Amino acid sequence: LAAYRTDEGQPWVLPVVKKVEQMIANDNSLNHEYLPILGLPEFRANASRIALGDDSPAIKENRVGSVQSLGGTGALRIGANFLSRWYNGNNNTATPVYVSTPTWENHNSVFMDAGFKDIRTYHYWDASKRGLDLQGLLSDMEHAPEFSIFILHACAHNPTGTDPTPEQWKQIAAVMKRRSLFPFFDSAYQGFASGSLDKDAWAVRYFVSEGFELFCAQSFSKNFGLYNERVGNLTVVGKDADNVQRVLSQMEKIVRTTWSNPPSQGARIVATTLSSPQLFDEWKANVKTMADRVLLMRSELRSRLEALGTPGTWNHITEQIGMFSFTGLNPKQVEYMVKEKHIYLMASGRINMCGLTTKNLDYVAKSIHEAVTKIQ
Amino acid sequence: SSWWSHVEMGPPDPILGVTEAYKRDTNSKKMNLGVGAYRDDNGKPYVLNCVRKAEAMIASKKMDKEYLPIGGLADFTRASAELALGENSEAFKSGRYVTVQGISGTGSLRIGANFLQRFFKSSRDVYLPKPSWGNHTPIFRDAGMQLQAYRYYDPKTCSLDFSGAMEDISKIPEKSVILLHACAHNPTGVDPRQEQWKELAAVVKKRNLLAYFDMAYQGFASGDINRDAWAVRYFIEQGINIVLSQSFAKNMGLYGERAGAFTVICSDADEAKRVESQLKILIRPMYSNPPVNGARIASMILNTPDLRKEWLTEVKGMADRIISMRTQLVSNLKKEGSSHNWQHITDQIGMFCFTGLKPEQVERLIKEFSVYMTKDGRISVAGVTSGNVGYLAHAIHQVTK
Repeated sequence: LAAYRTDEGQPWVLPVVKKVEQMIANDNSLNHEYLPILGLPEFRANASRIALGDDSPAIKENRVGSVQSLGGTGALRIGANFLSRWYNGNNNTATPVYVSTPTWENHNSVFMDAGFKDIRTYHYWDASKRGLDLQGLLSDMEHAPEFSIFILHACAHNPTGTDPTPEQWKQIAAVMKRRSLFPFFDSAYQGFASGSLDKDAWAVRYFVSEGFELFCAQSFSKNFGLYNERVGNLTVVGKDADNVQRVLSQMEKIVRTTWSNPPSQGARIVATTLSSPQLFDEWKANVKTMADRVLLMRSELRSRLEALGTPGTWNHITEQIGMFSFTGLNPKQVEYMVKEKHIYLMASGRINMCGLTTKNLDYVAKSIHEAVTKIQ
Repeated sequence: SSWWSHVEMGPPDPILGVTEAYKRDTNSKKMNLGVGAYRDDNGKPYVLNCVRKAEAMIASKKMDKEYLPIGGLADFTRASAELALGENSEAFKSGRYVTVQGISGTGSLRIGANFLQRFFKSSRDVYLPKPSWGNHTPIFRDAGMQLQAYRYYDPKTCSLDFSGAMEDISKIPEKSVILLHACAHNPTGVDPRQEQWKELAAVVKKRNLLAYFDMAYQGFASGDINRDAWAVRYFIEQGINIVLSQSFAKNMGLYGERAGAFTVICSDADEAKRVESQLKILIRPMYSNPPVNGARIASMILNTPDLRKEWLTEVKGMADRIISMRTQLVSNLKKEGSSHNWQHITDQIGMFCFTGLKPEQVERLIKEFSVYMTKDGRISVAGVTSGNVGYLAHAIHQVTK
């Protein structure tokens, strides 16, 4: 599983998290009582506010609901279970669900185990140009049965690191609106991708401004470094408060038979941080630290490859964003990297940028150079 | 128009409704006997000392926040299994079991229910005792199983309908699933005696049923963790390969930290490995991997001799307070002059008590005395204190005389 690493190759507990944990530990008024079924209220409201923006019209119009969940996966699963039961009729598990090619490998299983029978793929990664296959994507949306569900990566697409530009998102939204397709955003890297919370939430907020009803599964694993506390949130944007209220009442039923109520520790840390202006600023700075290091590693790797004259183009390394990069190495070249150079990539050529450090940049660049020149 | 126009408002949770009404009540004498969480003699939540100590120890270790394995914290799952099965258990020592961390009792039950749906092909039927915890039915139903029932509680005697249970269980189709509360039956507080457990085990074995134990109150029921796990251990000793869900919500007061475990007793260690691999395949698309905090606290307590000792004392303390409140309630009812037989209050065990009160009487208790409980007459003894037990007895006597 992928997690952030420092330049020393170590896990990093965010300084603001350490601080808040100490505050929580010192607060004798706190106990371990059950949270409500939908989670810690202060967490839920703040988490959705982070995704949608302080000035979100949807929040102002009181048509946003939140379900605290066990990480991003838990949010996806609760959302998937709800859709399976209540979307496009009742228990209409025949509704097609579309995931990108490629996508996070767990997406398929989440929707399958939620009962959906027809999981399809939409074009996404163009290997030949090492970028987004927008035409393929839009064409798939044009031809998808109306009401189909589309899993969209809000930012820092996993595993390719390739995101649509704002202009491309606009085209995607237009087709989805016309075809009545349901947007289910997976937002696991807000802030972690570009270093800016707002920038990384642009797509979600644009869809909201276009009047979509949507789900957004949020993870605080990476941007808060709270991996093992399982902090996530399913944000529900509906047409009006009444619809959202009924949706939440049914979400409760689903949560009650899955985990009854969510774990409190991680939610408390996030809620405390997000509701204090000072801690919130500290957190944003911590997030920027992580994002900046990854951005630095990208630019350093690219410049080394270009300096080495490694065959091919390497601008995709800096154009891609987030934790992962699709290097473009083919399976044989990947095998070389793993076996001969002991550098671990996925067979897809996906590299975890967090694994790069100032100490190993030269070695990795040289190894890629060797792989590309020796193996075809 | 909205995608959700046809979505109905879900019915309000019956137990939560009790607490909501209680909160709104301005009567200073009000009592909340719906709460499913332990309260001390001042009616306050109780954070165990061993939990505080464990938390301090954990904090001092300055651990990272890396993901747990899908199956959870190994030190926790091993200690949970040992706690349930007993350190001398052959099944434990031979390794012919798998234990995965679950999201407290509910999450562990759900993992098990999903596992049965996928791998227990001989039947879809899960037999629950009548009555059972309200959430059992929707958990198994949402997992794709079907619910049946066997007689359990006798409302005429407020105790176990043993002959009814034996009769019903002996007629359950072979290779069905039967759910059993290991101790402190929820909601009735009625547990079989050990002699009765022996007969139940014999008929379960004879009918070749898959026994699914729900153990949410180990230690909390009698005050003795070994005594409360007796039925679980007896069944295994009789060669019945059970499945088991455990919760540490009550016995360690870790409610909101969601510490629990799901165990499958297997034929051998190899089977256990294969079962484990399938459990992980079920867990990953639910929430990837479990939350660390509660499991770490529980593990620290179970695996640190001094803390474990302290925990056993504290658990006994909680159980003893509950038992003492039962005794005081009965003696206060006598003092009030009640001529009814209230013996079931002290015969029953655990957090809950089926008082035998009828819905009309419950309604009077709520309306006239601000004593809140669920319509079925169930009270949480944890909500009773030495300060309010007299008032409770008075109120009950008023509505039953």
